[in-house]
Amino acid sequence: MLFAAGSSEVALAFVEIGALVLGLALLSRVAGRVGLTAVPLYLIAGLAIGEGGIVSLRVSRDFFEIAAEIGVLLLLFALGLEYSDSELRDGLKTGIRPGLVDMALNAVPGVALGLILGWDPLAAVLLGGVTWISSSGVISKALSDFGRLGFRETPAVLNLLVIEDLAMAVYLPVVAALIVGGTMLATVTSVAIALVTVAIILLAALRYGRRISNLVAGGSDETFLLTVFGITLLVAGVAQQLEVSGAIGAFLVGLALSGRAEDRANQLISPLRDLFAATFFLFFSFQIDPADLVDAAIPALVLAVVTSLTKVATGWYAAGRVGAAPKGRMRAGTVLIARGEFSIVIAALGSSLLNGPDLGALAASYVLITAIIGPVAAKFADEIPIPTRLMRRAPQPALK
Amino acid sequence: MAVVRETKLPGVGVRHEFTTEDGDDIGVLVHHDGRREILVYDSDDPDKCSSVVALSAADTRTVSELLGASQVTEAVTAVQQEIEGLAIEWIELTAASPAAGATIGDGMYRTKTGSSIVAVIRDGESIPAPGPEFPMSAGDVIVAVGTVDGLAAMREIIRR
Repeated sequence: MLFAAGSSEVALAFVEIGALVLGLALLSRVAGRVGLTAVPLYLIAGLAIGEGGIVSLRVSRDFFEIAAEIGVLLLLFALGLEYSDSELRDGLKTGIRPGLVDMALNAVPGVALGLILGWDPLAAVLLGGVTWISSSGVISKALSDFGRLGFRETPAVLNLLVIEDLAMAVYLPVVAALIVGGTMLATVTSVAIALVTVAIILLAALRYGRRISNLVAGGSDETFLLTVFGITLLVAGVAQQLEVSGAIGAFLVGLALSGRAEDRANQLISPLRDLFAATFFLFFSFQIDPADLVDAAIPALVLAVVTSLTKVATGWYAAGRVGAAPKGRMRAGTVLIARGEFSIVIAALGSSLLNGPDLGALAASYVLITAIIGPVAAKFADEIPIPTRLMRRAPQPALK
Repeated sequence: MAVVRETKLPGVGVRHEFTTEDGDDIGVLVHHDGRREILVYDSDDPDKCSSVVALSAADTRTVSELLGASQVTEAVTAVQQEIEGLAIEWIELTAASPAAGATIGDGMYRTKTGSSIVAVIRDGESIPAPGPEFPMSAGDVIVAVGTVDGLAAMREIIRR
Protein backbone atom coordinates (compact mmCIF):
# COMPACT_ATOMS: atom_id res chain seq x y z
CA MET A 1 0.00 0.00 0.00
CA LEU A 2 0.95 3.60 -0.45
CA PHE A 3 2.26 4.57 2.97
CA ALA A 4 4.40 1.52 3.40
CA ALA A 5 6.34 2.46 0.28
CA GLY A 6 9.64 4.31 0.23
CA SER A 7 9.61 7.87 1.50
CA SER A 8 10.38 9.40 -1.90
CA GLU A 9 7.33 7.66 -3.29
CA VAL A 10 5.20 9.00 -0.45
CA ALA A 11 6.51 12.46 -1.14
CA LEU A 12 5.67 12.15 -4.80
CA ALA A 13 2.18 10.90 -3.94
CA PHE A 14 1.61 13.91 -1.70
CA VAL A 15 2.72 16.22 -4.44
CA GLU A 16 0.43 14.58 -6.98
CA ILE A 17 -2.59 14.50 -4.73
CA GLY A 18 -2.00 18.01 -3.46
CA ALA A 19 -1.53 19.46 -6.92
CA LEU A 20 -4.61 17.72 -8.27
CA VAL A 21 -6.84 18.72 -5.38
CA LEU A 22 -5.60 22.29 -5.68
CA GLY A 23 -6.41 22.14 -9.36
CA LEU A 24 -9.93 21.04 -8.47
CA ALA A 25 -10.20 23.93 -6.04
CA LEU A 26 -9.29 26.32 -8.82
CA LEU A 27 -11.92 24.78 -11.11
CA SER A 28 -14.58 24.97 -8.43
CA ARG A 29 -13.74 28.64 -7.97
CA VAL A 30 -14.05 29.30 -11.69
CA ALA A 31 -17.36 27.43 -11.77
CA GLY A 32 -18.66 29.49 -8.86
CA ARG A 33 -17.72 32.71 -10.65
CA VAL A 34 -19.66 31.91 -13.78
CA GLY A 35 -22.57 30.41 -11.85
CA LEU A 36 -22.12 26.81 -12.94
CA THR A 37 -21.62 23.56 -11.10
CA ALA A 38 -18.05 22.36 -11.00
CA VAL A 39 -18.94 18.82 -12.13
CA PRO A 40 -18.32 19.40 -15.88
CA LEU A 41 -14.99 21.06 -15.11
CA TYR A 42 -13.91 18.14 -12.91
CA LEU A 43 -14.78 15.82 -15.78
CA ILE A 44 -12.61 17.82 -18.16
CA ALA A 45 -9.79 17.76 -15.62
CA GLY A 46 -10.11 13.98 -15.39
CA LEU A 47 -9.70 13.72 -19.16
CA ALA A 48 -6.59 15.86 -19.01
CA ILE A 49 -4.84 13.53 -16.57
CA GLY A 50 -6.17 10.29 -18.06
CA GLU A 51 -4.78 8.01 -20.74
CA GLY A 52 -3.38 10.14 -23.52
CA GLY A 53 -3.95 13.29 -21.50
CA ILE A 54 -1.45 16.05 -20.83
CA VAL A 55 -0.13 14.81 -17.48
CA SER A 56 -0.36 11.38 -15.95
CA LEU A 57 -0.56 10.07 -12.43
CA ARG A 58 2.37 7.95 -11.38
CA VAL A 59 1.89 6.85 -7.82
CA SER A 60 -1.39 8.23 -6.52
CA ARG A 61 -3.72 6.24 -8.79
CA ASP A 62 -4.62 3.80 -6.00
CA PHE A 63 -5.51 6.65 -3.72
CA PHE A 64 -7.80 8.25 -6.28
CA GLU A 65 -9.41 4.95 -7.10
CA ILE A 66 -10.50 4.28 -3.52
CA ALA A 67 -11.32 7.94 -2.88
CA ALA A 68 -13.57 7.89 -5.95
CA GLU A 69 -15.38 4.81 -4.62
CA ILE A 70 -15.96 6.58 -1.31
CA GLY A 71 -17.12 9.61 -3.29
CA VAL A 72 -19.95 7.62 -4.89
CA LEU A 73 -20.99 6.28 -1.51
CA LEU A 74 -21.12 9.74 0.01
CA LEU A 75 -22.95 11.20 -2.99
CA LEU A 76 -25.65 8.60 -2.65
CA PHE A 77 -25.70 8.88 1.10
CA ALA A 78 -26.34 12.61 0.68
CA LEU A 79 -29.02 11.91 -1.93
CA GLY A 80 -30.82 9.69 0.57
CA LEU A 81 -30.39 12.37 3.20
CA GLU A 82 -31.59 15.26 1.10
CA TYR A 83 -35.26 15.22 1.96
CA SER A 84 -36.97 14.68 5.28
CA ASP A 85 -39.45 11.87 5.77
CA SER A 86 -42.43 14.24 5.65
CA GLU A 87 -41.17 15.75 2.40
CA LEU A 88 -40.88 12.27 0.90
CA ARG A 89 -44.42 11.46 2.06
CA ASP A 90 -45.80 14.68 0.54
CA GLY A 91 -43.85 14.01 -2.62
CA LEU A 92 -45.40 10.57 -2.93
CA LYS A 93 -48.87 12.00 -2.38
CA THR A 94 -48.77 14.77 -4.95
CA GLY A 95 -45.95 14.02 -7.30
CA ILE A 96 -46.73 10.66 -8.85
CA ARG A 97 -48.22 12.00 -12.08
CA PRO A 98 -45.58 14.61 -12.88
CA GLY A 99 -43.01 11.98 -11.89
CA LEU A 100 -44.38 9.51 -14.41
CA VAL A 101 -44.48 12.16 -17.12
CA ASP A 102 -40.88 13.01 -16.24
CA MET A 103 -39.81 9.40 -16.57
CA ALA A 104 -41.71 8.78 -19.80
CA LEU A 105 -40.43 11.90 -21.52
CA ASN A 106 -36.83 11.81 -20.37
CA ALA A 107 -35.81 8.20 -19.80
CA VAL A 108 -37.29 6.94 -23.07
CA PRO A 109 -35.03 9.00 -25.40
CA GLY A 110 -31.95 7.66 -23.59
CA VAL A 111 -33.09 4.05 -23.79
CA ALA A 112 -34.02 4.53 -27.43
CA LEU A 113 -30.64 5.96 -28.38
CA GLY A 114 -28.87 3.14 -26.53
CA LEU A 115 -30.82 0.58 -28.55
CA ILE A 116 -30.25 2.48 -31.81
CA LEU A 117 -26.51 2.41 -31.12
CA GLY A 118 -26.84 -1.35 -30.80
CA TRP A 119 -25.94 -1.56 -27.11
CA ASP A 120 -27.14 -4.38 -24.93
CA PRO A 121 -30.53 -3.55 -23.38
CA LEU A 122 -29.13 -3.05 -19.88
CA ALA A 123 -26.66 -0.39 -21.03
CA ALA A 124 -29.56 1.29 -22.85
CA VAL A 125 -31.61 1.27 -19.65
CA LEU A 126 -28.70 2.89 -17.83
CA LEU A 127 -28.49 5.55 -20.53
CA GLY A 128 -32.20 6.13 -19.89
CA GLY A 129 -31.32 6.78 -16.24
CA VAL A 130 -28.59 9.19 -17.29
CA THR A 131 -31.04 11.30 -19.30
CA TRP A 132 -33.88 10.94 -16.82
CA ILE A 133 -32.48 12.35 -13.57
CA SER A 134 -32.01 16.09 -13.34
CA SER A 135 -29.20 17.38 -11.18
CA SER A 136 -30.71 18.44 -7.87
CA GLY A 137 -27.37 20.04 -6.97
CA VAL A 138 -27.26 22.27 -10.04
CA ILE A 139 -30.95 23.07 -9.89
CA SER A 140 -31.24 24.04 -6.25
CA LYS A 141 -28.13 26.18 -6.64
CA ALA A 142 -29.55 27.84 -9.76
CA LEU A 143 -32.91 28.52 -8.10
CA SER A 144 -31.29 30.08 -5.09
CA ASP A 145 -28.68 32.04 -7.10
CA PHE A 146 -31.35 33.45 -9.40
CA GLY A 147 -33.55 34.34 -6.39
CA ARG A 148 -36.34 32.12 -7.69
CA LEU A 149 -37.12 30.13 -4.57
CA GLY A 150 -40.25 32.20 -3.99
CA PHE A 151 -41.54 31.90 -7.54
CA ARG A 152 -44.81 30.09 -8.02
CA GLU A 153 -43.41 27.36 -10.28
CA THR A 154 -40.59 26.48 -7.87
CA PRO A 155 -42.50 23.97 -5.71
CA ALA A 156 -43.35 22.04 -8.86
CA VAL A 157 -39.66 21.86 -9.74
CA LEU A 158 -38.61 20.83 -6.25
CA ASN A 159 -41.34 18.22 -6.00
CA LEU A 160 -40.14 16.71 -9.24
CA LEU A 161 -36.65 16.42 -7.75
CA VAL A 162 -38.11 14.64 -4.71
CA ILE A 163 -39.90 12.17 -6.95
CA GLU A 164 -36.75 11.54 -8.98
CA ASP A 165 -34.98 10.92 -5.69
CA LEU A 166 -37.60 8.34 -4.70
CA ALA A 167 -37.56 6.81 -8.17
CA MET A 168 -33.80 6.35 -7.84
CA ALA A 169 -34.47 4.33 -4.69
CA VAL A 170 -36.17 1.74 -6.88
CA TYR A 171 -34.26 2.20 -10.12
CA LEU A 172 -30.71 1.96 -8.76
CA PRO A 173 -31.06 -1.29 -6.81
CA VAL A 174 -32.88 -2.95 -9.69
CA VAL A 175 -30.32 -2.05 -12.34
CA ALA A 176 -27.48 -2.80 -9.92
CA ALA A 177 -28.93 -6.28 -9.39
CA LEU A 178 -29.41 -6.74 -13.13
CA ILE A 179 -25.81 -5.77 -13.79
CA VAL A 180 -24.53 -8.38 -11.37
CA GLY A 181 -26.58 -10.74 -13.49
CA GLY A 182 -25.90 -14.47 -13.42
CA THR A 183 -28.57 -17.01 -14.14
CA MET A 184 -32.16 -15.95 -14.65
CA LEU A 185 -33.11 -17.23 -11.21
CA ALA A 186 -30.17 -15.56 -9.47
CA THR A 187 -30.99 -12.25 -11.14
CA VAL A 188 -34.65 -12.40 -10.20
CA THR A 189 -33.67 -13.28 -6.63
CA SER A 190 -31.21 -10.42 -6.30
CA VAL A 191 -33.70 -7.93 -7.80
CA ALA A 192 -36.30 -9.18 -5.33
CA ILE A 193 -33.86 -8.94 -2.41
CA ALA A 194 -32.89 -5.42 -3.44
CA LEU A 195 -36.50 -4.27 -3.75
CA VAL A 196 -37.59 -5.84 -0.47
CA THR A 197 -34.62 -4.28 1.34
CA VAL A 198 -35.41 -0.87 -0.12
CA ALA A 199 -39.08 -1.22 0.80
CA ILE A 200 -38.27 -2.22 4.37
CA ILE A 201 -35.75 0.58 4.86
CA LEU A 202 -38.03 3.16 3.24
CA LEU A 203 -40.94 2.07 5.41
CA ALA A 204 -38.80 2.03 8.53
CA ALA A 205 -37.45 5.48 7.66
CA LEU A 206 -40.95 6.88 7.19
CA ARG A 207 -42.32 5.18 10.31
CA TYR A 208 -39.49 5.03 12.80
CA GLY A 209 -36.98 7.41 11.20
CA ARG A 210 -36.98 9.64 14.21
CA ARG A 211 -36.28 6.85 16.65
CA ILE A 212 -33.56 5.26 14.53
CA SER A 213 -31.95 8.64 14.09
CA ASN A 214 -32.05 9.45 17.78
CA LEU A 215 -29.90 6.39 18.37
CA VAL A 216 -27.01 7.89 16.43
CA ALA A 217 -27.76 11.62 16.70
CA GLY A 218 -25.99 12.25 20.01
CA GLY A 219 -22.38 12.78 20.95
CA SER A 220 -19.78 15.30 19.90
CA ASP A 221 -19.30 16.30 16.27
CA GLU A 222 -16.33 13.98 16.12
CA THR A 223 -18.25 10.99 17.46
CA PHE A 224 -21.14 11.67 15.17
CA LEU A 225 -19.00 12.08 12.07
CA LEU A 226 -17.14 8.87 12.73
CA THR A 227 -20.35 6.98 13.53
CA VAL A 228 -22.14 8.02 10.37
CA PHE A 229 -19.11 7.61 8.12
CA GLY A 230 -18.46 4.20 9.66
CA ILE A 231 -22.05 3.02 9.28
CA THR A 232 -22.21 4.21 5.68
CA LEU A 233 -19.06 2.38 4.65
CA LEU A 234 -19.96 -0.70 6.64
CA VAL A 235 -23.47 -1.00 5.20
CA ALA A 236 -22.11 -0.28 1.72
CA GLY A 237 -19.51 -3.01 2.16
CA VAL A 238 -22.06 -5.54 3.35
CA ALA A 239 -24.40 -4.58 0.50
CA GLN A 240 -21.54 -5.10 -1.94
CA GLN A 241 -20.89 -8.54 -0.44
CA LEU A 242 -24.56 -9.39 -0.93
CA GLU A 243 -24.13 -8.16 -4.50
CA VAL A 244 -26.67 -5.36 -4.06
CA SER A 245 -24.10 -2.62 -4.90
CA GLY A 246 -22.45 -0.60 -2.17
CA ALA A 247 -23.85 2.66 -3.48
CA ILE A 248 -27.39 1.47 -2.73
CA GLY A 249 -26.38 0.58 0.82
CA ALA A 250 -25.10 4.10 1.35
CA PHE A 251 -28.25 5.54 -0.20
CA LEU A 252 -30.41 3.56 2.21
CA VAL A 253 -28.39 4.72 5.22
CA GLY A 254 -29.05 8.28 4.09
CA LEU A 255 -32.75 7.56 3.70
CA ALA A 256 -32.99 6.05 7.15
CA LEU A 257 -31.61 9.15 8.87
CA SER A 258 -34.00 11.97 9.67
CA GLY A 259 -34.61 14.72 12.18
CA ARG A 260 -31.60 15.88 14.15
CA ALA A 261 -29.31 13.18 12.80
CA GLU A 262 -30.20 14.33 9.30
CA ASP A 263 -29.38 17.96 10.07
CA ARG A 264 -26.07 17.07 11.67
CA ALA A 265 -25.12 14.69 8.88
CA ASN A 266 -25.90 17.38 6.33
CA GLN A 267 -23.61 19.74 8.14
CA LEU A 268 -20.77 17.38 8.95
CA ILE A 269 -20.73 14.99 6.00
CA SER A 270 -21.20 17.61 3.26
CA PRO A 271 -17.58 18.81 3.31
CA LEU A 272 -16.38 15.22 3.28
CA ARG A 273 -18.73 14.44 0.40
CA ASP A 274 -17.54 17.44 -1.60
CA LEU A 275 -13.94 16.29 -1.24
CA PHE A 276 -14.50 12.68 -2.21
CA ALA A 277 -17.15 13.41 -4.85
CA ALA A 278 -14.72 15.73 -6.63
CA THR A 279 -12.24 12.87 -6.86
CA PHE A 280 -15.03 10.60 -8.12
CA PHE A 281 -15.83 12.90 -11.06
CA LEU A 282 -12.13 13.28 -11.76
CA PHE A 283 -11.53 9.56 -11.69
CA PHE A 284 -14.63 8.81 -13.75
CA SER A 285 -13.42 10.73 -16.78
CA PHE A 286 -9.83 9.70 -16.01
CA GLN A 287 -10.86 6.23 -17.16
CA ILE A 288 -12.45 7.48 -20.36
CA ASP A 289 -10.49 7.03 -23.53
CA PRO A 290 -10.48 10.41 -25.34
CA ALA A 291 -11.01 8.53 -28.59
CA ASP A 292 -14.34 7.21 -27.25
CA LEU A 293 -15.26 10.74 -26.31
CA VAL A 294 -14.85 11.95 -29.87
CA ASP A 295 -17.12 9.13 -31.05
CA ALA A 296 -19.64 10.05 -28.37
CA ALA A 297 -19.80 13.76 -29.20
CA ILE A 298 -22.48 13.62 -31.91
CA PRO A 299 -24.86 11.20 -30.12
CA ALA A 300 -24.39 13.18 -26.90
CA LEU A 301 -25.28 16.43 -28.64
CA VAL A 302 -28.38 14.93 -30.26
CA LEU A 303 -29.41 13.41 -26.96
CA ALA A 304 -28.81 16.68 -25.11
CA VAL A 305 -30.98 18.62 -27.57
CA VAL A 306 -33.81 16.09 -27.50
CA THR A 307 -33.85 15.64 -23.73
CA SER A 308 -33.52 19.38 -23.12
CA LEU A 309 -36.76 19.79 -25.03
CA THR A 310 -38.39 16.93 -23.14
CA LYS A 311 -37.30 18.39 -19.78
CA VAL A 312 -38.79 21.73 -20.81
CA ALA A 313 -42.01 19.88 -21.63
CA THR A 314 -41.88 18.13 -18.25
CA GLY A 315 -41.38 21.38 -16.37
CA TRP A 316 -44.07 23.02 -18.49
CA TYR A 317 -46.52 20.31 -17.50
CA ALA A 318 -45.57 20.17 -13.80
CA ALA A 319 -45.63 23.95 -13.36
CA GLY A 320 -48.97 24.15 -15.17
CA ARG A 321 -50.40 21.88 -12.49
CA VAL A 322 -49.57 24.42 -9.79
CA GLY A 323 -51.19 27.21 -11.78
CA ALA A 324 -48.10 28.87 -13.22
CA ALA A 325 -48.47 31.00 -16.35
CA PRO A 326 -46.50 30.28 -19.57
CA LYS A 327 -43.47 32.31 -18.55
CA GLY A 328 -43.27 30.50 -15.23
CA ARG A 329 -43.75 27.17 -16.96
CA MET A 330 -40.86 27.98 -19.30
CA ARG A 331 -38.66 28.89 -16.33
CA ALA A 332 -39.53 25.58 -14.64
CA GLY A 333 -38.76 23.65 -17.81
CA THR A 334 -35.41 25.24 -18.55
CA VAL A 335 -34.11 24.98 -15.00
CA LEU A 336 -34.71 21.22 -15.10
CA ILE A 337 -32.46 20.69 -18.16
CA ALA A 338 -29.25 20.32 -16.15
CA ARG A 339 -28.07 16.77 -15.52
CA GLY A 340 -25.12 16.20 -13.28
CA GLU A 341 -23.80 14.09 -10.46
CA PHE A 342 -26.36 11.28 -10.61
CA SER A 343 -26.16 10.81 -14.33
CA ILE A 344 -22.47 10.13 -13.79
CA VAL A 345 -23.18 7.81 -10.87
CA ILE A 346 -25.62 5.83 -13.01
CA ALA A 347 -23.14 5.61 -15.87
CA ALA A 348 -20.44 4.47 -13.43
CA LEU A 349 -22.69 1.61 -12.27
CA GLY A 350 -22.49 0.17 -15.76
CA SER A 351 -18.72 0.40 -16.15
CA SER A 352 -18.38 -3.37 -16.03
CA LEU A 353 -20.79 -3.90 -18.92
CA LEU A 354 -19.64 -4.65 -22.45
CA ASN A 355 -20.78 -1.19 -23.55
CA GLY A 356 -19.60 0.38 -20.29
CA PRO A 357 -16.81 2.49 -21.86
CA ASP A 358 -19.19 3.84 -24.54
CA LEU A 359 -21.78 4.59 -21.87
CA GLY A 360 -19.20 6.39 -19.74
CA ALA A 361 -17.96 8.53 -22.61
CA LEU A 362 -21.48 9.36 -23.79
CA ALA A 363 -22.64 10.20 -20.25
CA ALA A 364 -19.63 12.42 -19.63
CA SER A 365 -20.09 14.47 -22.77
CA TYR A 366 -23.86 14.55 -22.24
CA VAL A 367 -23.45 15.92 -18.71
CA LEU A 368 -20.88 18.43 -19.95
CA ILE A 369 -23.39 19.77 -22.45
CA THR A 370 -26.54 19.80 -20.30
CA ALA A 371 -24.86 21.12 -17.15
CA ILE A 372 -23.76 24.13 -19.17
CA ILE A 373 -26.83 24.84 -21.31
CA GLY A 374 -29.24 24.12 -18.42
CA PRO A 375 -28.33 27.03 -16.14
CA VAL A 376 -27.78 29.34 -19.12
CA ALA A 377 -31.21 28.54 -20.55
CA ALA A 378 -32.75 28.93 -17.10
CA LYS A 379 -31.13 32.32 -16.65
CA PHE A 380 -32.56 33.67 -19.90
CA ALA A 381 -35.84 31.73 -19.72
CA ASP A 382 -37.94 34.89 -19.66
CA GLU A 383 -36.51 35.94 -23.03
CA ILE A 384 -37.33 32.65 -24.74
CA PRO A 385 -40.17 33.33 -27.15
CA ILE A 386 -43.18 31.18 -26.41
CA PRO A 387 -45.48 30.32 -29.33
CA THR A 388 -48.62 32.47 -29.09
CA ARG A 389 -50.71 29.33 -29.31
CA LEU A 390 -49.32 28.37 -25.89
CA MET A 391 -49.66 31.89 -24.50
CA ARG A 392 -53.45 31.82 -24.79
CA ARG A 393 -53.74 31.30 -21.08
CA ALA A 394 -53.11 34.68 -19.55
CA PRO A 395 -51.27 34.85 -16.24
CA GLN A 396 -53.69 33.86 -13.54
CA PRO A 397 -54.20 35.84 -10.39
CA ALA A 398 -52.58 34.14 -7.45
CA LEU A 399 -55.85 33.11 -5.83
CA LYS A 400 -57.34 30.05 -7.38
CA MET B 1 -57.67 38.50 8.09
CA ALA B 2 -56.59 37.53 4.57
CA VAL B 3 -56.28 33.89 3.60
CA VAL B 4 -52.64 32.86 3.88
CA ARG B 5 -51.68 30.19 1.40
CA GLU B 6 -48.96 27.81 2.53
CA THR B 7 -46.75 25.86 0.13
CA LYS B 8 -44.04 23.41 1.14
CA LEU B 9 -40.73 23.62 -0.71
CA PRO B 10 -38.96 20.29 -0.25
CA GLY B 11 -35.37 20.73 0.85
CA VAL B 12 -35.86 24.47 1.28
CA GLY B 13 -38.67 25.38 3.66
CA VAL B 14 -42.20 26.72 3.60
CA ARG B 15 -43.64 29.61 1.61
CA HIS B 16 -46.56 31.64 2.95
CA GLU B 17 -48.28 34.15 0.71
CA PHE B 18 -51.40 36.22 0.58
CA THR B 19 -53.08 38.95 -1.41
CA THR B 20 -53.20 42.35 0.24
CA GLU B 21 -56.38 44.41 0.28
CA ASP B 22 -54.94 46.49 -2.56
CA GLY B 23 -54.51 43.32 -4.58
CA ASP B 24 -50.74 42.89 -4.35
CA ASP B 25 -49.35 39.44 -3.73
CA ILE B 26 -46.74 39.23 -1.02
CA GLY B 27 -45.20 36.34 0.82
CA VAL B 28 -42.63 35.10 3.27
CA LEU B 29 -40.34 32.17 2.61
CA VAL B 30 -39.18 30.46 5.81
CA HIS B 31 -36.05 28.36 5.25
CA HIS B 32 -35.47 25.20 7.29
CA ASP B 33 -32.45 26.88 8.84
CA GLY B 34 -34.55 29.83 10.06
CA ARG B 35 -33.55 32.40 7.43
CA ARG B 36 -36.48 34.22 5.89
CA GLU B 37 -37.15 35.98 2.63
CA ILE B 38 -39.81 38.58 1.97
CA LEU B 39 -41.29 38.07 -1.47
CA VAL B 40 -43.12 40.68 -3.48
CA TYR B 41 -44.80 39.27 -6.55
CA ASP B 42 -44.72 40.99 -9.91
CA SER B 43 -48.08 42.37 -11.01
CA ASP B 44 -47.41 41.57 -14.70
CA ASP B 45 -46.18 38.02 -14.13
CA PRO B 46 -47.76 36.87 -10.87
CA ASP B 47 -45.53 33.76 -10.78
CA LYS B 48 -42.44 35.86 -10.45
CA CYS B 49 -41.10 37.91 -7.55
CA SER B 50 -40.24 41.44 -8.54
CA SER B 51 -38.24 41.79 -5.37
CA VAL B 52 -36.87 39.45 -2.76
CA VAL B 53 -35.39 40.58 0.56
CA ALA B 54 -33.35 38.07 2.55
CA LEU B 55 -33.61 38.39 6.33
CA SER B 56 -31.44 36.86 9.03
CA ALA B 57 -33.07 35.69 12.25
CA ALA B 58 -32.26 39.04 13.87
CA ASP B 59 -33.66 40.97 10.88
CA THR B 60 -36.84 38.96 11.14
CA ARG B 61 -37.28 40.01 14.75
CA THR B 62 -36.69 43.63 13.79
CA VAL B 63 -39.27 43.54 11.01
CA SER B 64 -41.89 41.80 13.10
CA GLU B 65 -41.24 44.26 15.89
CA LEU B 66 -41.80 47.12 13.43
CA LEU B 67 -44.99 45.57 12.16
CA GLY B 68 -46.21 44.83 15.68
CA ALA B 69 -46.58 41.12 15.35
CA SER B 70 -48.91 39.33 17.68
CA GLN B 71 -46.85 37.92 20.52
CA VAL B 72 -49.27 35.03 20.90
CA THR B 73 -48.77 33.83 17.35
CA GLU B 74 -44.99 33.98 17.75
CA ALA B 75 -45.13 31.94 20.92
CA VAL B 76 -47.52 29.40 19.49
CA THR B 77 -45.41 29.00 16.37
CA ALA B 78 -42.38 28.34 18.53
CA VAL B 79 -44.28 25.65 20.42
CA GLN B 80 -45.46 24.11 17.17
CA GLN B 81 -41.93 23.89 15.86
CA GLU B 82 -40.82 22.10 18.99
CA ILE B 83 -43.58 19.55 19.16
CA GLU B 84 -43.99 17.36 16.13
CA GLY B 85 -47.59 16.77 15.11
CA LEU B 86 -49.00 19.82 16.86
CA ALA B 87 -50.93 22.22 14.65
CA ILE B 88 -52.46 25.66 15.11
CA GLU B 89 -55.64 26.82 13.53
CA TRP B 90 -57.33 30.19 13.28
CA ILE B 91 -61.11 29.84 13.25
CA GLU B 92 -63.39 32.80 12.73
CA LEU B 93 -66.71 32.83 14.51
CA THR B 94 -69.64 33.68 12.30
CA ALA B 95 -72.93 35.00 13.71
CA ALA B 96 -74.48 31.59 13.00
CA SER B 97 -71.86 29.72 15.02
CA PRO B 98 -73.21 28.02 18.15
CA ALA B 99 -70.05 29.18 19.92
CA ALA B 100 -70.86 32.89 19.46
CA GLY B 101 -72.45 34.17 22.64
CA ALA B 102 -71.37 31.14 24.67
CA THR B 103 -68.32 30.83 26.91
CA ILE B 104 -65.35 28.64 26.11
CA GLY B 105 -66.31 26.34 29.00
CA ASP B 106 -69.80 25.86 27.51
CA GLY B 107 -68.32 24.45 24.34
CA MET B 108 -66.32 21.76 26.20
CA TYR B 109 -63.86 21.85 23.31
CA ARG B 110 -61.00 20.23 25.12
CA THR B 111 -63.12 17.32 26.26
CA LYS B 112 -64.66 16.81 22.85
CA THR B 113 -61.71 17.41 20.58
CA GLY B 114 -58.54 17.37 22.68
CA SER B 115 -57.71 20.81 21.25
CA SER B 116 -57.29 23.95 23.34
CA ILE B 117 -58.17 27.55 22.64
CA VAL B 118 -54.98 29.44 23.46
CA ALA B 119 -56.03 32.92 22.36
CA VAL B 120 -58.88 34.94 20.96
CA ILE B 121 -58.30 37.77 18.51
CA ARG B 122 -60.98 40.46 18.79
CA ASP B 123 -60.92 43.75 16.84
CA GLY B 124 -57.28 43.17 15.96
CA GLU B 125 -56.27 42.74 19.63
CA SER B 126 -55.19 39.37 20.86
CA ILE B 127 -56.38 38.10 24.23
CA PRO B 128 -53.96 35.37 25.34
CA ALA B 129 -54.97 32.35 27.41
CA PRO B 130 -58.72 33.04 27.80
CA GLY B 131 -60.29 31.13 30.72
CA PRO B 132 -63.31 28.80 30.53
CA GLU B 133 -65.63 31.66 31.55
CA PHE B 134 -64.53 33.80 28.58
CA PRO B 135 -67.55 34.78 26.44
CA MET B 136 -66.98 34.62 22.72
CA SER B 137 -68.88 36.63 20.18
CA ALA B 138 -69.39 36.69 16.44
CA GLY B 139 -66.41 38.13 14.58
CA ASP B 140 -63.87 36.74 17.08
CA VAL B 141 -61.04 34.70 15.66
CA ILE B 142 -60.05 31.89 17.96
CA VAL B 143 -56.54 30.49 17.92
CA ALA B 144 -56.59 26.79 18.77
CA VAL B 145 -53.82 24.27 19.23
CA GLY B 146 -54.14 20.51 18.88
CA THR B 147 -53.65 17.64 16.52
CA VAL B 148 -54.78 18.04 12.92
CA ASP B 149 -57.75 15.75 13.56
CA GLY B 150 -58.66 17.47 16.81
CA LEU B 151 -58.65 20.84 15.11
CA ALA B 152 -60.80 19.54 12.29
CA ALA B 153 -63.29 18.34 14.89
CA MET B 154 -63.23 21.74 16.60
CA ARG B 155 -63.77 23.55 13.33
CA GLU B 156 -66.72 21.26 12.68
CA ILE B 157 -68.31 22.10 16.03
CA ILE B 158 -67.72 25.83 15.75
CA ARG B 159 -68.71 26.22 12.14
CA ARG B 160 -71.87 24.13 12.45
